[in-house]
Amino acid sequence: MKEKDRGKEEEILKILEDNARISDEEIAKMVGMEKEEVKQSISELEDRGVIKGYKAVINPDKAGIETVQALIDVKVSSERNAGYDNVAERISRFPEVKSVRLVSGEYDLSVLVEGNTMREVAYFVAEKISSLEQVRNTVTHFLLKSYKENGKIYEEEEKGKRLAVTL
Amino acid sequence: MKSEIIADRVKGLEGSGIRKFFDVAQQMEGAISLGVGEPDFVTPWSIREACIFSLEKGYTSYTSNWGLLELREALSDRVYKESGVYYEPEGEILITTGVSEAFDLALRAIVNPGDEIVLHEPSYVSYKPCTVFAAGTPVCVDTEIEDEFKLRAEKLKEKITEHTKAVILSYPNNPTGATLSRKDLEEIADVVNEHDLLVISDEVYGKLTYEGKHTCFSSLNGMKERTILLNGFSKAYAMTGWRLGYAAGNKEIIEAMMKIHQYIMLCAPITAQMAAMEALRTNDEMERMVSEYNRRRRLMVEGLREIGLSCFEPKGAFYTFPSIENTGLTSEEFAKRLLLEERVVVIPGSVFGACGEGFIRCAYAVSQYQIREALERMEKFLERLRI
Ligand SMILES: Cc1ncc(COP(=O)(O)O)c(C=O)c1O
Repeated sequence: MKEKDRGKEEEILKILEDNARISDEEIAKMVGMEKEEVKQSISELEDRGVIKGYKAVINPDKAGIETVQALIDVKVSSERNAGYDNVAERISRFPEVKSVRLVSGEYDLSVLVEGNTMREVAYFVAEKISSLEQVRNTVTHFLLKSYKENGKIYEEEEKGKRLAVTL
Repeated sequence: MKSEIIADRVKGLEGSGIRKFFDVAQQMEGAISLGVGEPDFVTPWSIREACIFSLEKGYTSYTSNWGLLELREALSDRVYKESGVYYEPEGEILITTGVSEAFDLALRAIVNPGDEIVLHEPSYVSYKPCTVFAAGTPVCVDTEIEDEFKLRAEKLKEKITEHTKAVILSYPNNPTGATLSRKDLEEIADVVNEHDLLVISDEVYGKLTYEGKHTCFSSLNGMKERTILLNGFSKAYAMTGWRLGYAAGNKEIIEAMMKIHQYIMLCAPITAQMAAMEALRTNDEMERMVSEYNRRRRLMVEGLREIGLSCFEPKGAFYTFPSIENTGLTSEEFAKRLLLEERVVVIPGSVFGACGEGFIRCAYAVSQYQIREALERMEKFLERLRI
């Protein structure tokens, strides 16, 4: 890819990351491309798996959605051939699991689990994660409140008001 | 009481007619304002946080009249890295309360009554009055859309007399968004040399250059000695309310400016100076804001063209300056009616000099959402005008 095209692609990604609902036409204006080129470029990014999807960032408190989330520290005895991949992939397949990350430090995997009640989450961890052969130990942290997710602050700070006219 | 209370210089100042319109604009509920000359971003958090920390540590005193040495050192480094001109932190840099103060000091330091100061129009509204306050005579050069609103060396030359003391250069330009290339600047530098002039270069929008790179005027051959470079934190770092800027130039001039500054201002606020040091530590947030302005710039320019206004392509600052000539309205009528009928605030071009007539200034330092909404309202207004 030419350097210039790569720049435009990055620019498209930045725009979408901020607002995925913006029209191709407006993106085209902002990056100086034709609308068709933008369309093409985005579908390529989707095909290559660079864009994995488009989601709204929802504040569950405001939406009145009562879910429970917990971060689970998981200590794993790594396997000879597969390292952590096998067990991580296995955990990833559960729909209750929202993210799985390999981390440095005392524990190996950091797993985000979501359920309807604390009980449900606790059972899930005990039955589906702790019980795995390679898992040596887990610690569960229930999330109490979220201040910022995916780069978005939930309770936006109050912004000072500018004058309508300044020369 | 004396019958003549107010000094002639002040009384003679024009511009009150438009003030009523601005008052209405300030009050109008539900208006979208493209009339704002400052960033819509709040100062980046790391800068605000550094300021709060400085207060907690008790930095609440005066500083050296020159400004904190550490800040002058950081500025000296920054200017050197970015434009290759070296200013000594001690003696060649003065920290001021905004470019506004620095500009006033510059004029007062160099102008004798009757000296002529050449300035190009359309441009920032303060230049002419400040020149008058400093007992100088402003001499205006019109710049034209056909010339991309550039100050051309030949046109500058025509205005030079034996009384000319200095030229004000203001690029990237408020209100047009015009920039000058290195070559354009070199041609001006030749005239400056030939006629033994000084230059006051207001580069407050320098960081907000979207095509090509901003050239600092004093970096041109031989120009450091002749130039008073003015810059600040207001626009690039979204710090308008902090009131912080600086002047850099040769020792003799900066020393003279410092003499005035120490009596009228003492020093720039220490809180703002502490924050500015943090601002200079990294450029990441600033660059993020600049790329966002650039997106909005394109959205705005394309949008204005689509609704039928011909629009010069601005390459810097955060203003567009579309022509409204084909509507048959004056720029003031246009702005007034647009405000009353569609509640969009724009600034009549005539505010920035007589040659700004026929244009309006629309700032794109507003969200993409507001740009869209404002353009829709303007389209409705224009459609009504055409019927
Ligand atoms: C061209 C120009 N110079 C200077 C200023 C004032 O800058 P400061 O906030 O640093 O005083 C402005 C503000 O609008 C401006 O547009």
